[in-house]
Amino acid sequence: MKVELEKVFERPRALRPVMTHYCPGCGHGIAHRLVAEVLDELRIREKTVGVAPVGCSVLLYNYLDVDMYEAAHGRAPAVATGCKRVHPELVVFTYQGDGDFASIGTAEAVHVAARGEKITTIFINNAIYGMTGGQMAPTTLIGQKTTTSPMGRIPERAGYPIRMAELLSTLDGAAYIARVAVNNAKHIIHAKKAIKKAFETQIKGLGYSMVEVLSQCPTNWRMTPVEAVKWVEEKMVPYYPLGEFKVPKEG
Amino acid sequence: MEKKFMTGNEAIAESAIQAGCRHFFGYPITPQSEIPEYMSKRLPEVGGIYLQAESEVAAINMLFGAAGAGARVMTSSSSPGISLMQEGISYMVGAQLPCVIVNIMRGGPGLGGIQPSQSDYFQATKGGGHGDYHLLVLAPHTVQEAVSLTMEAFDLADKYRNPVLVLGDGYIGQMMEPVEFKEATSSKLPPKEWTLTGAKGRPPNLVKSLYLDPEALEKHNLEINRKIQEMIAKEVRVETYQTDDAEVIIAAYGTVARIAKTAIKVLREKGVKVGMVRPITVFPFPYDTFRKMADRVGKFLVVEMSLGQMVEDVRLGSCGKANIRFYGRTGGVVPSYDEIVAETEKFVKEVC
Repeated sequence: MKVELEKVFERPRALRPVMTHYCPGCGHGIAHRLVAEVLDELRIREKTVGVAPVGCSVLLYNYLDVDMYEAAHGRAPAVATGCKRVHPELVVFTYQGDGDFASIGTAEAVHVAARGEKITTIFINNAIYGMTGGQMAPTTLIGQKTTTSPMGRIPERAGYPIRMAELLSTLDGAAYIARVAVNNAKHIIHAKKAIKKAFETQIKGLGYSMVEVLSQCPTNWRMTPVEAVKWVEEKMVPYYPLGEFKVPKEG
Repeated sequence: MEKKFMTGNEAIAESAIQAGCRHFFGYPITPQSEIPEYMSKRLPEVGGIYLQAESEVAAINMLFGAAGAGARVMTSSSSPGISLMQEGISYMVGAQLPCVIVNIMRGGPGLGGIQPSQSDYFQATKGGGHGDYHLLVLAPHTVQEAVSLTMEAFDLADKYRNPVLVLGDGYIGQMMEPVEFKEATSSKLPPKEWTLTGAKGRPPNLVKSLYLDPEALEKHNLEINRKIQEMIAKEVRVETYQTDDAEVIIAAYGTVARIAKTAIKVLREKGVKVGMVRPITVFPFPYDTFRKMADRVGKFLVVEMSLGQMVEDVRLGSCGKANIRFYGRTGGVVPSYDEIVAETEKFVKEVC
């Protein structure tokens, strides 16, 4: 007898059926999936172009089933701008880490928002440089130990962590700015809603949209995955509050 | 078509539009700011996009994005700004993206000055950015030539899927001359099937320069090199000027070649048999022309607005057969024709 089973869960169409290279407990896989789910739900996979950064997610183009660029370090917003200005009908997004977006690419990050460029940025903040092996990031917390802040980040020497969501929300061209986390189920649900809103903001032509995603990096934090998700909650969220910092005027 | 009186900068900008360029990304810098100014006014008239980038770094990456999306794109700058673009240029070569870059050279190093110079020759012809690559480099010596070479540059960029550099100097950019715009001839170019337009009804396309597997990167670099070798075989352009009976040859490009033509007229009136070899492409360099010339002419005078950057290529080309002398001014000082006359006369009298 043939049993008809209802399909209640499947891999998003926009996510390729391949293994990722990410470490156990890494947040990138979750963020990738959320982006893919949103592309499916908005039915925009075939009109979307992504820009991968330099960093752990440089191989994003192996995981998402969309047209993609691999950009120079920090330059993804400029690359996305070039693409969007040629094809305004496309949906263009950048996916960037904290080194890419909050350090080497701050000029591009600030100006893409100031111009109100109709693109979306998914900004992964894990407070560390993952791909190069755990060096200090612009978002590394005060006191946090990394391979280039071995005694912990000392602000007198290394300055203070940068809050990109708050910074960009001051710019008139930024239409939707939010900070989310992917360290537990509740936060992941909120994260997906924010990512969807960000893409919708672009599709409606309202301006620049950016979602900062607090993400865990157990390997370079020298923690177990369980310790890492707790660390996001206990250390990162107090310094990087979650929520929407700017929403489009039309609501 | 009627002739128009234009500066080199304006003429370069207009010829880009005539060649089908509808997207320009740039950042102002003297002595080429008339190019972005002209584009900001003219591109909207033809349905194009002018965007002032936040830096030259961003501008070249906007070209990366626009070229990857299939558009004919251009940027322009001057020496310090071109230095800032080198990273992006290397990435564009790596990702095999066509674009046209205009460098209206000024004096360096550092912030240098704002007067004409040719001191970016090494950067333009030997690489500039990191990695195994070359740009195709076109060096006009008149405003009219700047027009035709800029228009051709777009076809060459598309043909080779490689950035093409138009290498002028402050004089070429600022000088006004009557110019004529001939209709763009559409050469047969391969379709751009690799562009990013959304993966509708096809597998996704990818524009990248990253090849983590060394064997794959070697293969990729060999493909880039194959294109460079094809440029060397097919794209060399050179003007030989009054060389038939010449006993001394001036080697010069760009504005200096223009001045040298006046010097040659004066020298010939004085009975000095002098001619000129003028590279129009400085990469690929016309080594063969110099090699053949060295078989019958013993003296080459290289004149540049630098401290002698092209002189190395002339020496390579002449295969040690000619006596090579260099005369140059630098820092934005432009050699006058009488300086070239005096230097040539001195050289001719010498027993080598």
